Amino acid sequence: MAYETVIGLEVHAELSTESKIFCDCSTEFGAPANSHTCPVCLGHPGVLPVINKQAVEFAMKAALALNCEISTETKFDRKNYFYPDSPKAYQISQYDKPIGKNGWIEIEVNGEKKIIRINRLHMEEDAGKSTHSEFGDGTLVDFNRVGVPLIEIVSEADMRSPEEARTYLEKLKAIIQYTGVSDVKMEEGSLRCDANISLRPEGQEEFGTKTELKNMNTFKGVQRGLEYEVKRQTRVLKSGGEVVQETIRWNEEKGITVSMRSKEEAHDYRYFPDPDLVDMVIDEEWIERVKASLPELPDVRKARYVEQFGLTDYDADILTSSKALADFFEATLEYTKDAKSAANWIMGDLLRYLNEEGIELEESKVTPKHLGEMLQMIEKGTISGKIGKTVFKEMLDAGKDAQTIVKEKGLVQITDEGEIANIVEAVIENNPQSVEDYRSGKQQAIGFLVGQVMKETKGKANPQLVNKLIIENL
Amino acid sequence: MSLFDLSITEVHKRLKAKELTAIDLVEESFKRIAEVEKDVQSFLLIDEEGARKRAKAIDEDIAKSEDIGILAGLPAGVKDNIVTEGITTTCASKILENYDPIYSATAYKRLLAGQAIMIGKMNMDEFAMGSSTEHSGYHSTYNPWNLDYVPGGSSGGSAASVAAGEVYFSLGSDTGGSIRQPASFTGIVGLKPTYGLVSRFGLVAFASSLDQIGPLTKNVEDAAHVLQTIAGHDGKDSTSANVHIPDYISALTGDIKGLKIGVPKEYMGEGVDSQVKEKIMDAMKVLEGLGAIIEEVSLPHTEYAVPTYYILAPSEASSNLARYDGVRYGVRADSAENLLEMYKKTRSEGFGAEVKRRIMLGTYALSSGYYDAYYLKAQKVRTLIKQDFENVFEKYDLILGPTVPTTAFKMGEKISDPLTMYVNDILTVPVNLAGLPAISVPAGFVNGLPVGLQLIGKHFDETTILRAAHAFEQHTEFHKQRAQLVRG
Repeated sequence: MAYETVIGLEVHAELSTESKIFCDCSTEFGAPANSHTCPVCLGHPGVLPVINKQAVEFAMKAALALNCEISTETKFDRKNYFYPDSPKAYQISQYDKPIGKNGWIEIEVNGEKKIIRINRLHMEEDAGKSTHSEFGDGTLVDFNRVGVPLIEIVSEADMRSPEEARTYLEKLKAIIQYTGVSDVKMEEGSLRCDANISLRPEGQEEFGTKTELKNMNTFKGVQRGLEYEVKRQTRVLKSGGEVVQETIRWNEEKGITVSMRSKEEAHDYRYFPDPDLVDMVIDEEWIERVKASLPELPDVRKARYVEQFGLTDYDADILTSSKALADFFEATLEYTKDAKSAANWIMGDLLRYLNEEGIELEESKVTPKHLGEMLQMIEKGTISGKIGKTVFKEMLDAGKDAQTIVKEKGLVQITDEGEIANIVEAVIENNPQSVEDYRSGKQQAIGFLVGQVMKETKGKANPQLVNKLIIENL
Repeated sequence: MSLFDLSITEVHKRLKAKELTAIDLVEESFKRIAEVEKDVQSFLLIDEEGARKRAKAIDEDIAKSEDIGILAGLPAGVKDNIVTEGITTTCASKILENYDPIYSATAYKRLLAGQAIMIGKMNMDEFAMGSSTEHSGYHSTYNPWNLDYVPGGSSGGSAASVAAGEVYFSLGSDTGGSIRQPASFTGIVGLKPTYGLVSRFGLVAFASSLDQIGPLTKNVEDAAHVLQTIAGHDGKDSTSANVHIPDYISALTGDIKGLKIGVPKEYMGEGVDSQVKEKIMDAMKVLEGLGAIIEEVSLPHTEYAVPTYYILAPSEASSNLARYDGVRYGVRADSAENLLEMYKKTRSEGFGAEVKRRIMLGTYALSSGYYDAYYLKAQKVRTLIKQDFENVFEKYDLILGPTVPTTAFKMGEKISDPLTMYVNDILTVPVNLAGLPAISVPAGFVNGLPVGLQLIGKHFDETTILRAAHAFEQHTEFHKQRAQLVRG
């Protein structure tokens, strides 16, 4: 029997507010352990939470970007559980009145577009971080992260493959990143993903028994973990067994999933409205104001790139995959009108370089101005496209502008016909075999001759001119 | 005559006139404590050194300038669930035996800003759960009117210290009657302000939607002074109301002509001791004599108040008290093999029986499958109880009744029977459920034990309560009588 995979994702994103959600402590990442704490986030006796308005606004912004309805009446609830990294032994979260609900985003897998519905988006506070002491004498807790505002985005079980899940997660990341309300960095933990996954016989309406998959810390990990779980569940079902409802953990190193706890051991969180916080009323005016502050989102921007710049769907998709990249692209266009060429340089040389170096665009030394000026030089024929590659590499490595690099390295293109003609003559004289080949009809022989001229000029000769002069000479 | 027979206003006058010093007041307090504390046992902690130091500093302030707070130099008690930076705060629980707070409650800070002098931390039922102060994790407190009787609770230490003349006034907290009931039992004035009038920041939470800090004093005017000092909006408490704080003292005009007072028949019915009822009838006559119009009204959902309260308060408490887990502060049980065992041992050893009972009640009520039948239902009844009051307040300015159906009970009499103890709260818990302000003022004695008259007002209408209570006080002598620390 063939089985259909059903996946829903629960995604947490840390909001990049200055201060924590219920106290004034800083949310800065990487500070010395427990330096960003106070009686409130440490859960001392008698303390009370006060909501950070910016956190609410950021959550609204994310919700609106994900096409959610905003709840005009919303509230906070307590989720009760004991754990050393949870100082109050309850997490302030939102239970039955999330700030956002009924949203959706569109993904595209293998050329097919698909809507993934979002059930809800709610606010909550982050927990602390437990680490096992390096001396093996216990567990240490860092409460810096306690109270950092989070949004949790719960999708419907609309995904049908691990690839769709990964694509959804990437799209979600892109959209949230565009809004600027979160860093959405999986490696720093500001974006986290849990998955619910089940199988059902093809054609069956009813969902199968699901498992909850945790601890997938990279995009690749999400896909791999889910792929592993699909195989595991398939094996169980095909051998006549039943999938057990449980929480499982993805072990990235070993590439396997491990059971954490069964349904029977599941917590009863005893949710109830937090009496320390008052119900929140969000008026239309506030919603409109936040809506107006939303930037152009990836889908809209992509469509505009196709329309306005004549880019292909594929290129527009890559360029708009992150706001930083799209912004870089558009800033480059302030220096050149050749969008296609700018796109090619960014998608080709720039992305390759970032990939190789393993850095973010923001960390690289190149600026849109530098790239734009270099493109101008190519357009004007000051340098050839080939030389451009050398110049661009130097730009990335040294952070210098094109003009300086070209001057320093003497890379200005030779466009003087007389000078090139001399070299062409010499090359023809020295390569009689190729001349013979060309004359006997082997067109490709001309390529060799051009190459020889370029070699002689260290690539600085204008290629069109070289081509023209060789043909004339022959 | 003791300095403690003077009103706050009078002490203030003498301090300003330099006929009296803060040191005199503090020494008077310590002298009295030395005499009676062994019998009353109202304190959990006495900060002699700190109090003397502060008194000296305040005397220096007085010497330098005329401009001193109305509470300047006055020895005060602070219930031990109000967090005081650097001064151990235990909530009368073993689990916080060693807890030295790193911050202070807003109400306490306001007392300090008003230059009052905290003498010490007052005994209470553990985490404010109880009506007799017998549930303290350390020791009981005894009723100064008769040491064989309980002082009430949970603010029993706060009440007894004022009644015994150990301090001028105390701060208490009231979740289901914990200021008013001990005030009634010890013959003093106890005011529970409107929910949201006094900041809860730094009040160790028992039931967050019901808790409120308020004063316990010898007379109504003193209560007005203390309230004036501690009331007002606090940005650190989301449930703190941003309302105008009136001048409470100027409301004490003595004029209550035409004031409409409703007496709920449910508050004077079965279960109310007949002698207590008589004292309340006498009080009604006094008020009528002053021109108040008193009529019978009904609060039909009164009988559901106690069950409602005993679902909601424990539910909130079960969550509020979860943080005492031995991880970050307080006492941690040793010899645990693993985390779960550490939690279990710490909480089993650290909490007393009544606290455990309520944590279990609340945990049960919030459990999946029971939530709708208990917590949610109780919230609905709470709304009905609120509406009862709103209906009456459409036509009446105040609601009157006894504070407690009985006078103080004997030590040990109800400790093994929690239900009887809970029923004692019948006339006080509806007020907390509705978030209303209410006062208990001395209204006579039955067999040598005080009876309290309760006046309940509209939201944030403390002025009317204080005015009526003050007018009543001006025409009665009960508040002038002093407890004699007898037995039997």
